[in-house]
Formats: sequence, C-alpha cells, structure tokens
Amino acid sequence: MTGGDFWSMGGYARFVWPCFGFAYAVLGWNLWSAWRQRTAAKIRAARALAMAASEAR
Amino acid sequence: MWTWFYKLASPPYVYGAAAALAPWFLGFAALAIGYGSIAGLAIAPPDYQQGEAFRMIYVHVPSAIMSLTTYTVMAVASGIALIWRIKVGHAVAAASAPIGASFTILALVTGSLWGRPMWGTYWAWDPRLTSELILLFLYVGVMSLRSAFEDPARGDRAAALLAVVGVVNVPIVHFSVVWWNSLHQGATIVKLGAPSMPGSMLWPLLSMWLGFMLFYGAVLCVRLQGEVLNRERQASWVREAIKS
Repeated sequence: MTGGDFWSMGGYARFVWPCFGFAYAVLGWNLWSAWRQRTAAKIRAARALAMAASEAR
Repeated sequence: MWTWFYKLASPPYVYGAAAALAPWFLGFAALAIGYGSIAGLAIAPPDYQQGEAFRMIYVHVPSAIMSLTTYTVMAVASGIALIWRIKVGHAVAAASAPIGASFTILALVTGSLWGRPMWGTYWAWDPRLTSELILLFLYVGVMSLRSAFEDPARGDRAAALLAVVGVVNVPIVHFSVVWWNSLHQGATIVKLGAPSMPGSMLWPLLSMWLGFMLFYGAVLCVRLQGEVLNRERQASWVREAIKS
C-alpha cells in the first residue's frame, strides 16, 4: 500500500478517517471528563472537611 | 466469604484499588488500541466485498460490544446495590452510565458512517439500529433519573431500578439480527463457533476490543474515585485519600 492509497482508503477516505477521528475524540473526551469529575469531587471533599473542622473548633 | 465481599465493597478499599488500577488499565489500553489502529488501518488486507471501507469495523464493533457490556455492568452493579444495599454498587452504576452512553453514540455514528457507502443511507429504522438507539435513551434516562431527585439516595434507587429493567434490551440488541430481517450483518466475533474472519483481520479487531475494555476499566476507575468521594465526603478516611 503506497502513501496515496493509504490516505485515499480506496475512495472511502471521507468515511474511514472521520470514523477513526470521532472514535479518538470520544475516547479523549471520556478521559478528560473523568479527570475533571474526580478533581471536582476532591475539591468538594476538601471543602467539606475544612468546614467540618472549622465547626468543630 | 461475606466478610471478603463486604471488604471488597467498602468505599476506602474501592477508592484505593481504583487509584492503583487506573494507570495500568490506561497504559495497556493505549498499547492495545495503538496496535489495533495501526494494524487495522495499514496491515490488514482490504475486504473482498467492502474494500477499504471495512476498516471501520475496528472502531464500530468494539464500541458496539462495549455499549452492551457497560450496560450489563451497570445493571449488575445496580442489582447488587438494590438487593444487598451496597452503596458502591450505585457508585459503579453512576460511573458507568456516561461511559456507556459515549460508547453507544460512537457505535451509532460509526455505524451510520459505514452504512452510507454500504447501504446507501446513514440511517434506517432497522431492528439493530433502533434497539441500539433505545439503549442510548436508556443510558440518558438512567443519568437523568439519578439527578432528578433532591435526595441522592432516592435518585440512586430510581436509576438502579430503570437500569435493571432496561437490561432486557441488551439481548434484544444482540439477537435483533437473528430474530428479525435486518440490513445489518450478523455477528462476526461474539457468536457460537469460530469467528468468520481470517487471522490477519481478526487480530487487530481483538486488540481493539481488548483496548476498549481496558480503556473502560481505566475511565471507570477514575470516575469511580469521584463518585465515591462525592458519596463519602464526610468520612474520616477521605482526608488521607485526597492528599495523595
């Protein structure tokens, strides 16, 4: 398979490349949103613990 | 045995295990998806009927399988949470829902991209496509129901009930191509008997499938940590956990 054949995907490039591109975008979004959700949960938990500690004093 | 079961389901244990496992799952997922993508796009021979368009199988099939697997995990975790009142079950279900929904969207979009050159249309009200769309609605319903209640415990129970009832759609999606006349081709790898593909096409597909499963494991671990923290933020063990 030459470079040109590879990119043209036998005339199906406009279907094959968006298919893979969308897949990587979805996987990337999953990772990003999971990390963001965990970070937000950590911040909320730290705030809750700080409030509980200040109320105890 | 029950002591082990309850220890396994304790929030600090689950949080620690998820934190330890996530990087390993992610690393092996990157390797499997990397190999599967390169082999699927450049090494596997073109299909004798579909030509190069068949390469979309390397994304479409793993995402479709994972949309069903994730729903099954979510329903089993919900069932465990409802029957044994194990809170971590609700956390696993809540963490799984957005991942499963994204796999379902991926399966639908890649399927329609494949359908255009093969069937001449992006969408048809075919049994397989329609039942997969219903699966997406079930995911959205479970997520919406969980956040619809002011009391999180009631939201968890309502969402768990819908997840358990909705699992009936999983075999419908899988067997729809057998039970009804369908444009969609039959099972290629998840079936009784040998897969109907030569090894040069099959190995990249199996690698992508493994990669998607490991990726689900990695994202589930990260989301599960967030869910456990949200549910346990007043607990004393959380102080030590969020320092790391």
